[in-house]
Amino acid sequence: MSAPAPHKVRVTREHARELLRQMILVRRFEEACVEQYGAQKIRGFLHLYIGEEANAVGVMQALTPEDAVVATYREHGHALIRGIPATAVMAEMFGKAAGCSRGRGGSMHLFDASRRFYGGNAIVGGGLPLAVGLALADKLRGLARVTCCIFGEGAAAEGEFHESLNLAALWKLPVLFVCENNRYAMGTAIERSESVPDIRRHAEVYGIASETVDGMNVVDVEVAARRAAEAVRAGEGPRFLENHTYRFRAHSMFDPDLYRDKAEVETWKKRGPIVRFSQWVLETGTLHQADIDAIEAETAQTIADAVAFAEAAPPEPVEDLLRDVYAPRPAAPEPPAP
Amino acid sequence: MAQVTLIEAVTMALAHEMARDPSVVVLGEDVGVNGGVFRATVGLQEKFGELRVIDTPLDETTIAGVTVGLAAQGMKPVAEAQFEGFIYPMMEQIACHAARMRNRTRGRLSVPAVWRAPWGGGIHAPEHHSEANEHLFTNIPGLRVVLPSSPSRAYGLLLAAIRDPDPVIFFEPKRIYRQYKEEVPDDGEALPLDVCFVLRDGTDVTLVTWGAQVKETLEAADALAAEGISAEVIDVATLKPLDFDTIHESVKKTGRCVIVHEAPRTAGFGAEIAARLAEQAMYDLLAPVERVTGYDTHIPLFRLEMKYLPSVERIVAAAKRTLAAS
Repeated sequence: MSAPAPHKVRVTREHARELLRQMILVRRFEEACVEQYGAQKIRGFLHLYIGEEANAVGVMQALTPEDAVVATYREHGHALIRGIPATAVMAEMFGKAAGCSRGRGGSMHLFDASRRFYGGNAIVGGGLPLAVGLALADKLRGLARVTCCIFGEGAAAEGEFHESLNLAALWKLPVLFVCENNRYAMGTAIERSESVPDIRRHAEVYGIASETVDGMNVVDVEVAARRAAEAVRAGEGPRFLENHTYRFRAHSMFDPDLYRDKAEVETWKKRGPIVRFSQWVLETGTLHQADIDAIEAETAQTIADAVAFAEAAPPEPVEDLLRDVYAPRPAAPEPPAP
Repeated sequence: MAQVTLIEAVTMALAHEMARDPSVVVLGEDVGVNGGVFRATVGLQEKFGELRVIDTPLDETTIAGVTVGLAAQGMKPVAEAQFEGFIYPMMEQIACHAARMRNRTRGRLSVPAVWRAPWGGGIHAPEHHSEANEHLFTNIPGLRVVLPSSPSRAYGLLLAAIRDPDPVIFFEPKRIYRQYKEEVPDDGEALPLDVCFVLRDGTDVTLVTWGAQVKETLEAADALAAEGISAEVIDVATLKPLDFDTIHESVKKTGRCVIVHEAPRTAGFGAEIAARLAEQAMYDLLAPVERVTGYDTHIPLFRLEMKYLPSVERIVAAAKRTLAAS
């Protein structure tokens, strides 16, 4: 496939501030989640996105409210940047009925139909067929909107990944596939999992134009995502981005993280998306330290409000245990008059 | 002799059988380098090498299919699903191929494989990480479905499952993986499959259960004893094929039966036991059969989880209802 055209990007002060604010929001939100997990307000599993924020933030810039998003179980950042309020996401993490999935989804199943956010999916690769289906519906109805399907490199080993790429390409469906390649499928390094670890080449095999992106650089991600989304929206069929990124924390709160070198983690941390972008905006004079301090203060308030909201939200009453298993039945019609 | 937890007993059985039988291989996601999501296979790759403890990609369907191929070639694969909810993508290969191979080839091929999966609720995780779905497999001809409830039964039944000539689904109650230790000699002695274990003798009511609920059921029997009610407790252990005779013999003695399981009620495996009692033990019964089960919904998040799972109180109340009825 053809190499992308070289690009020069001009990032305005307002936009730079917004990109940084969004990345900091995701980072601080998840740090708060760790605290709340420690306090046992959040239970079960918690998969952190820390280190990978540039991907969700960069990709979401390319989407409109009409587009759809399908994500993974590491989706807190995608949900927040898609516009689900931090209060609703935190309440969901707490298992409260005020959460975006009404307290039944939890960390791994954040949903918001009104924002066309289709989860949250605990089955690796399970979201790809869903995204293909959403895009097929759009195509059948003549709607020029994008379904953005986000998954990790582990999904590339799943059969569903290959079946879905094939169908999307065959039917020229408007899917933007975004592979967040963080190098580890839980504890298994990509080299130990893939015969062809260059994931974009799998897409090429199915005839899908692809691009490799520095997933630690929010501007690079945004530029690539805008270019790909435009092509998808123009009816050119699916596009595929492989974003090289890294998670700084373990796979989940239960993972002892024994499968990778501490030095490797430290090396990637130096390339962290927030630290690097902050440096860039300061060096170029795009933003000043006072701007960053203001973002931090504003974010701290947002997070504190979210935690307070989740804490105060009432638990779902036990009487609701059986609700929403089936759609409510219509009332039985009145018997005909004798 | 070693004091071990249930999950350590699983590791011990795997290590024992791998040392004894070179055709045994372990495969699954993160079972090697990482030692398994719950650490069930910890140390095995170091001991037996990468060719016998095989890390696979995230491809449940293919893991299940590779397992069928290995077994059909005469190997003894033990595949791990990280959670019972992740076994659904495997069902295609298990139901469509593994379970039928012997019948389809009229005995020319068999699939002596084991699929292990952590099973059930009580660890505060949602949906796919906390389900009880044994009943989906008990309806498939050709499979054995085994559910140990203690370290010693985990050890002995896993050995039996690996040695068995047919495919076995081996569910491990993850809630009690590390709940307590007991003495389990690493002597390679398998326990028999296809039999129920009578854990406590009683004369007034029979409590039938399996998996993690054995604990609550035994506690319920204690509570009943304090009120002068004598409960017999049966751990079914192998759900399919079912040793109904042991249950029937008990009910002949007590005339009352309460079935306890955490899976949803409708068409849960308790329904099968209740149906057999109706078919074969109707005239031995003094009271209607009671079931204490999960509800007909998906297992809720942690706030409501313990309301969903059978509790000692619900078991005691059901037992008393059978006594009040006769």
